[in-house]
Amino acid sequence: MTKKISTSTIISAALVVFLFALVFVLEKVMNPYSMLFVVLKKGAIYALVAVSMNLLNGFTGLFSLGQAGFMLIGAYTYAIFTIPADQRLSVYQYFDGGIIDFSIPVIPALILAGLAAAFFAFLIGLPVLRLKSDYLAIATLGFAEIIRAFFQWDALGPVTNGSNLLKKFPTFDSTIFPFAVAGICIALIVMLINSSYGRAFKAIRDDEIAAEAMGINLFKHKEMAFVISSFFAGVGGALLAMYQTTVQAMAFKSAMTYEILLIVVIGGIGSVTGSVIASFLFIACSEWWLRFLDTETFIGAWQVPLLRSGFRKVVFAVIIMAVVLFYRQGIMGNREFSVDRLLKKRQKFIEKQAAKKASKEGR
Amino acid sequence: MNFINTNLPYLLAGISVGGQYALIAIGYTMVYGILRLINFAHGDVFMAAGLIMIYAVTVMPLYVAIPLTLAATVLIGFLIERAAYKPLRTAPRMSVMISAIGVSYLLQNLALYVTGGLSKMYPTIPWISDTVTIGTATTKMVTLITPVLTLILVIALVAFIQKTKIGMAMRAVSKDFETSQLMGIKINSVISATFIIGSFLAAVGSLLYFTNYAAVIPTSGAMPGLKAFVAAVFGGIGSIPGAVIGAFIIGICENIIKGVGLTTFSDAFTFVLLIIILVFKPTGLFGEKANEKV
Repeated sequence: MTKKISTSTIISAALVVFLFALVFVLEKVMNPYSMLFVVLKKGAIYALVAVSMNLLNGFTGLFSLGQAGFMLIGAYTYAIFTIPADQRLSVYQYFDGGIIDFSIPVIPALILAGLAAAFFAFLIGLPVLRLKSDYLAIATLGFAEIIRAFFQWDALGPVTNGSNLLKKFPTFDSTIFPFAVAGICIALIVMLINSSYGRAFKAIRDDEIAAEAMGINLFKHKEMAFVISSFFAGVGGALLAMYQTTVQAMAFKSAMTYEILLIVVIGGIGSVTGSVIASFLFIACSEWWLRFLDTETFIGAWQVPLLRSGFRKVVFAVIIMAVVLFYRQGIMGNREFSVDRLLKKRQKFIEKQAAKKASKEGR
Repeated sequence: MNFINTNLPYLLAGISVGGQYALIAIGYTMVYGILRLINFAHGDVFMAAGLIMIYAVTVMPLYVAIPLTLAATVLIGFLIERAAYKPLRTAPRMSVMISAIGVSYLLQNLALYVTGGLSKMYPTIPWISDTVTIGTATTKMVTLITPVLTLILVIALVAFIQKTKIGMAMRAVSKDFETSQLMGIKINSVISATFIIGSFLAAVGSLLYFTNYAAVIPTSGAMPGLKAFVAAVFGGIGSIPGAVIGAFIIGICENIIKGVGLTTFSDAFTFVLLIIILVFKPTGLFGEKANEKV
């Protein structure tokens, strides 16, 4: 059996290639310090984390709020293992250079970051995944807080540098790098969602008891979704560390999880493309487009009221509340953006036009 | 005896903080009992009460500022319910929880905007900020007032729920949302009353809590909020005495851990306790067992 490659697959692939080419060309021609690249880099990272959260919340129906904790594990694992050996003494200045005196290349470190997060998720999942909806949410939120406290513990200083910054690890300059890593990871998640495991996840989301009656091992599949989601959150955390060039446990608060959750909601719970689009929009709005709200502005002698530092975030929060209250489906609902659907829509449109024409001529 | 002497300050602080958590926890447990909603914004309402107090005392005398703070906080709680939760009454529970997270995000950003990102000094309230010495420990008057005031308010609240008509309606709604509606109970006013009581107690809690701290920042409410929620779960969510006992246990344990020198873990401990409880006794100490219907 050979699979037939449809036109829509080819167009989709071409779109992806075009996107990468566009980013590559833009980076060559535009000022590399433009806000556009900040948005693209951070957006790609948040897209990966949002999709990983969507795998849990949107596709498996597990309301987990532990994402920031797993990102923290990923970020720290990456940083700890990639700081060059000759820089360690200056980074771990209070801990005699730390106890790890080797470093590994970037790509294995990224994978290791994912694995470390996945391992913790496996351990945490054993007790926690037996809980129901909001209890699960609060327990995972609690675990994220425990992890944060643990990484700041002085006794672990030789490994985690206590509550001090980790820095001087390799980072990226090109926007292509986060795009490529996030792209590959999201592709893997999409493949998982479309596999038989993915269908089992959706069955659990729609009705746990019915799914169990159909012979789906609830715990096994929940644990699997949890571990895989955390793996990608870990990779996302490592990318975020590379983007920020420094890591500190302080930054991975529950507010970070809430932001990612809001991205998932804005994009549409249960839509991968929705999460991706919402990530870029969210980052673009918060970092770039709404910046003008933060600066005091004068039109002639008249000062525009309310505009001062912090107003951007208020407006932003109001927009989010509006989406949550009045536009609950989000951008994509639970549908996906696909070339296939667009083609079908076009087909239908043409048929409609033809039918109209025919009816007119018949009259 | 020596152990008690060295740990007395921490024990006292624990009882005091426990009482403050209890006042917040009641708001969580009542809302959860009726709406089955973790009101993530409750901790931020608590923070907002602190900020209102700070701004109020700059323009008016204390005996006006305190009632005004209480009234304004109640109003905030009422408006949040009307604007953010009421439209979602028939929506899935997850949507309401997300809305609560959204409100929390909004309140924090609003506070950031209003304060301009600066931490605001909390005013000294005479008498309750006075220093007293008990045995070997020196502490503020608030440490002694908190547990007493907490107990008085809790007893009043329990009497309210047991004796009055609206209290009876609350119990009915928390037993069965839909049936009580059929029985002619106006659930919207019952829910509003719940939020009003919860916000009022949170405002009282904030007056006591922030007296011990120098300043209020936009995220001041997040941690006490989460801990109070854990206290509510620990005591069995939906149960008011449970929430109070849970809050005192958490407050005391947390401060003893600080006393032993593991300050980093004082927050984490709360969540360890939460997970242990959820795994071994998911309904908490006094919670009712809920059967799942197919």
